Amino acid sequence: MTTQTLTLPRAPRSWKKLAQPVALILIGVYCLAPFYWMLVSSLRRTSDIFDTSLFPQTLSVESYAKVFSGSSDFARALVNSLIVATVTTTLALLLAIFAAYAISRLHFRFKNVILAVIIATSMFPGISVVVPLLRLFSDIGWINTYQAMIVPSLSFAIPLAVYNLTTFMKQLPFDLEEAAMIDGATKWQAFRKILLPLAAPGIFTTAILTFIHSWNEFIIALSMVNNPKFQTATVAISKFTGASEFQAPYGEQMAAGVIVTIPLVIVVLIFQRRIVEGLTSGATK
Amino acid sequence: MTPPTAATAPKTSQPPELPPTDPRGHTADSPAPRGATPAPRRQDGKAAAFLLSPTLIVLALVIFYPLLSAVGQSLYSSDAGLDDQGFVVQGDVFVGLQNYAQIFAGPESARFYNALWNTTFFTVVSVALETVIGVMFALMMNRAFKGRAFLRAAVLVPWAIPTAVSGLLWRWMFQTDGIVNTLSGAQVLWTAEGMAAQVAVITAEVWKTAPFIGLLVLAGLQIIPEEVYEAAKLDGATAWQQFWSITLPLVKPALLVAVLFRLLDALRMFDLPFVLIGPRKESVETLSILAWDSANQLEYGMASAFAVVLVVYVAAIVYVFVRLLGADIFTSSDAATPRKRFRRAAADDAVVPPARQPGARTTTHEVKQP
Repeated sequence: MTTQTLTLPRAPRSWKKLAQPVALILIGVYCLAPFYWMLVSSLRRTSDIFDTSLFPQTLSVESYAKVFSGSSDFARALVNSLIVATVTTTLALLLAIFAAYAISRLHFRFKNVILAVIIATSMFPGISVVVPLLRLFSDIGWINTYQAMIVPSLSFAIPLAVYNLTTFMKQLPFDLEEAAMIDGATKWQAFRKILLPLAAPGIFTTAILTFIHSWNEFIIALSMVNNPKFQTATVAISKFTGASEFQAPYGEQMAAGVIVTIPLVIVVLIFQRRIVEGLTSGATK
Repeated sequence: MTPPTAATAPKTSQPPELPPTDPRGHTADSPAPRGATPAPRRQDGKAAAFLLSPTLIVLALVIFYPLLSAVGQSLYSSDAGLDDQGFVVQGDVFVGLQNYAQIFAGPESARFYNALWNTTFFTVVSVALETVIGVMFALMMNRAFKGRAFLRAAVLVPWAIPTAVSGLLWRWMFQTDGIVNTLSGAQVLWTAEGMAAQVAVITAEVWKTAPFIGLLVLAGLQIIPEEVYEAAKLDGATAWQQFWSITLPLVKPALLVAVLFRLLDALRMFDLPFVLIGPRKESVETLSILAWDSANQLEYGMASAFAVVLVVYVAAIVYVFVRLLGADIFTSSDAATPRKRFRRAAADDAVVPPARQPGARTTTHEVKQP
């Protein structure tokens, strides 16, 4: 971006030169130290879990082995999370692509009202949807099913997806579609053959954001399911208990935390630029 | 990224239905309101309804129906009792506004007021801290060039960690013999009850979300053209003055949106206190936890009433926030916001260098105007 290159000539005095690496280290430590501590703790043996050395004396995957064996069926929980988050993301995207196309490309009345309503729906606290649906789902026998988690999750996934995609599609030039339509393409063809490929990066970014939000969802999954077979990973972790009430299995908890987080961290590292663009598109519209 | 000017393209283009030879396009007097031509709008309306209705129907089912249902359920009590003839009444009894009376003035209203206070306290303190730290991060990151990619990745890590996991992580760090007590040399029972537990919750919340605010503010900072600062410097403005009268007013729109989203999120705080401290802990019980706990005891009427009160509270705060500070989240980008207009102006500047202003002050002043 131009503004970045323009900042360069501002040659700093010597203390300003020092300020840069200091800021780098400061932010790095702030953001990463707790995560590092989780990683290190998960790699300690149960016997020296309370060590406070910065690096474990003996590396051990004991905690990881425990997570996948024993009573807590964590592999199952991961699969459940994957199912719920994938289905939620897919459904939300399917609906949002068409809604975003309509909002960004078509002329019709009440457009701003509709967009405002869709955004406003994301303001309602999760609990206000969970309580009444809990009642409904117990009446129709949906407790302990995937759909009981997926349907309420749509309440935050759809507004998120619509908002992101609309912002993205509005940035795409209309010229190509217009040209195609002048050449005789129908609207549907222009949408499918021109807009959709152009919007692919935006759809992808939206998919990542929606997936991360659904993967991290807690209150719905906690309320709608009480059978461990259907628990998602975030809920399963919070319910890890040790042999006695006063001895929480911290090693296992940290290992499970790392397992749940690592895929997200990898995705974040690979697609950081896109994710930041997606997150900030609303703020600088 | 698409060039900023591309954003204007859809608006200036012809409505697609119009054949290029349509005479209306050529009438010289009325070239402007092309988007407002009645004929294509009617045709688009059908398509738009067709494309939008699935989304709206699903949203109605997963949000508006539950909300209405919550209002309805809040008027019932599930306590089994005896009716006029002395029969045991199974199921729900209509009690009108009694649940709300219970909440605000009943024997257990203290628990509600405590939860209301906790929710407000956590929201105000953590959002304030997040904003300050976030803005500081953004300013630092805006200056850093070498480690930019590293910083961006690092900042995304707390954001990506599931809140429930971060609750566990901080629970581990705040252990009696955990790293926090070791480093500080104190012996505080962070995860039990009281002030220490509140500090623990706020710390974990701020850690996770300050970087997010930093990202949003950074995006706002990056579209402020450097000339503005150059001009201010020529005028002899100190770094503090530059921050206070240039940076802050110009990132205000981005900042307000960030703060508003954080407010909404903090007001429904659930996962963090629930995992870090636990349910039914007086010092960290938020309204969400209180409602959840009631539902868990099968007191759906009370739980719904709590949920409704929370919705009203959130709506009131959003309203006040938008009214007082003018945070602009609802306007679609169709109506050019000041920021956008400004960005477009900045983009034009980049193409055609503007003639030097007579005095630097004018430049700064101009920028403040939009």
